[in-house]
Amino acid sequence: MPEPMGFFTDTTVCIGCKACEVACKEWNQLPAANGGVGELSGDSYDNTRKLDGIHWRHVRFIEQFKGPYDGRWLMMSDVCKHCVQAGCLEVCPTGAIIRTEFDTVVIQSDVCNGCRACIAACPFGVIDLNPVSGTAQKCTLCYDRLKVGLEPACSKACPTDSIQFGSIVELRARAHKRVDQLKAQGVKAELYGADPEGALGGLNSFYLLVDEPEVYGLPRKPVLPSRHLAKSASFSFASAAVLGVLALVGLRKRRMDDMGGPGGGGGS
Amino acid sequence: MSDTFFTGAPHWTWFIIPYFFVGGLAGGAYFLAAALDWFGRPEDRPVVRTGYDVAAVGAILSGLLLTIDLGRPLRFWHMLFQSENFPALMFKGWSPISFGAWAILLFGLFSVLSALGARAEEGRLQMPALRAVGGVVRGGVAKLVSGIGGLLGLFIAGYTGILLSVTNRPIWADSPWLGALFIASGASTGAAALILFAPARGATERTLEWLSSFDTKALVVELLVLVAFIASLWSIRQVWLGFWGLVLFVGVIGFGILAPLRMHAKRAQAARLVLLGGFLLRLATMLASEGIDRYRVAAGL
Repeated sequence: MPEPMGFFTDTTVCIGCKACEVACKEWNQLPAANGGVGELSGDSYDNTRKLDGIHWRHVRFIEQFKGPYDGRWLMMSDVCKHCVQAGCLEVCPTGAIIRTEFDTVVIQSDVCNGCRACIAACPFGVIDLNPVSGTAQKCTLCYDRLKVGLEPACSKACPTDSIQFGSIVELRARAHKRVDQLKAQGVKAELYGADPEGALGGLNSFYLLVDEPEVYGLPRKPVLPSRHLAKSASFSFASAAVLGVLALVGLRKRRMDDMGGPGGGGGS
Repeated sequence: MSDTFFTGAPHWTWFIIPYFFVGGLAGGAYFLAAALDWFGRPEDRPVVRTGYDVAAVGAILSGLLLTIDLGRPLRFWHMLFQSENFPALMFKGWSPISFGAWAILLFGLFSVLSALGARAEEGRLQMPALRAVGGVVRGGVAKLVSGIGGLLGLFIAGYTGILLSVTNRPIWADSPWLGALFIASGASTGAAALILFAPARGATERTLEWLSSFDTKALVVELLVLVAFIASLWSIRQVWLGFWGLVLFVGVIGFGILAPLRMHAKRAQAARLVLLGGFLLRLATMLASEGIDRYRVAAGL
């Protein structure tokens, strides 16, 4: 049985070249956006803008500029987090989303029927429909490459090793060492998703960040969609019970009235 | 900022909004018909029959809308059976969309059976096969079918709200009240539909009066739950208090609840407003969330 595999993304060494995006698109044969016609975002040097059904890797540009001489670029190659407790897998009604032997989360495109429950369930906004297949799609952590002993296309293409692929245990050890190194240099560095005791049981694709998670478009405390199930179901049950009682009490009252008042005879 | 703002919209729009409305209405109508079937009088039969018809048509329409909305409609059965392991059943008790698929199938079955039974009762079935099925659904069998179907009706009206809450999307996952709200709305719109359609089937004034009185109570319950829903979303009001807030306050509360409560004498007119309010409720709750996209939030727009 293979051990859990994943990505450690060190955002401090990402140069925003988008080689990972291209490698991912090429290997997975993902179609071009907008029919291949280039479309500029208009408010950023990043024109991909988000992860979706045809962009399984996205290098996010965070342009923090207060003035012409006061600013910095943060860059993060974003991807599916392959959560240990995955919201998409939890809600998928067709069984299309599975956990593989590498502890990664994969959508089987031939089983998915495009109901889109997983899109709303993902705490990170990773999944979307691929308009060509009509099914929900996202990063598979190159399941096909892993099966034959190759590393994923994105990490293979990354020229600065910002995206590192390996066993989760090894990657975590490496990430903690890197955080210590950066902190010694006075950089405010934190790991996001590396704690197996943390949110969603840890993320098999985790990050080294130098600002708050929200700045990178990441939720502070991602949760499973089922957290509302018990409360929402109880409130619904209470509402149904109240309406049921109101209907039956109304019918009983009508019957009483027919019998000439509350003392007029038997009830329903 | 709520963590729900970092998620992607599932594009549940122009087929799902009418489904939520029609499904709620059908479930509410069946529940009321079943209550009158069990505890009503012979004079209530026209409304009972109308309720089963409305539910059957609504359930079939719901199934069609849900199927058309899928990215791959011909794979709709993957929600019921394991496609790679047929005929093993596909069911997840913790996933509202999974148990909802089974509920809508069963509700469709029970509502069609009840509608056939009611038509057989009137002698309106021409096809021998349908007449045979309708003939079976009478007496104790009809009561059993309507009892289970009535509970399924309430379930159908409410599970859609639970489905929205069991996500990570803004507004939907930020409040636990949507299921309760949709059940109340399903009951009020179900009663309104019966008030509008039953007179043509010979409904008596007394039954219509009871329906109208129930609708008033259901609207009050809906208003109370709606207030709780709005209060639970107050901390994120900046994302919905604009246009969709206007639809919610003026369209749903004003036209859909308060106006019908004040015009008790004009029964049919009030019922039309209740239906409008029920539709606007689904429209506002769905599109207010659908319109919030992740990168705009991340970019601080």
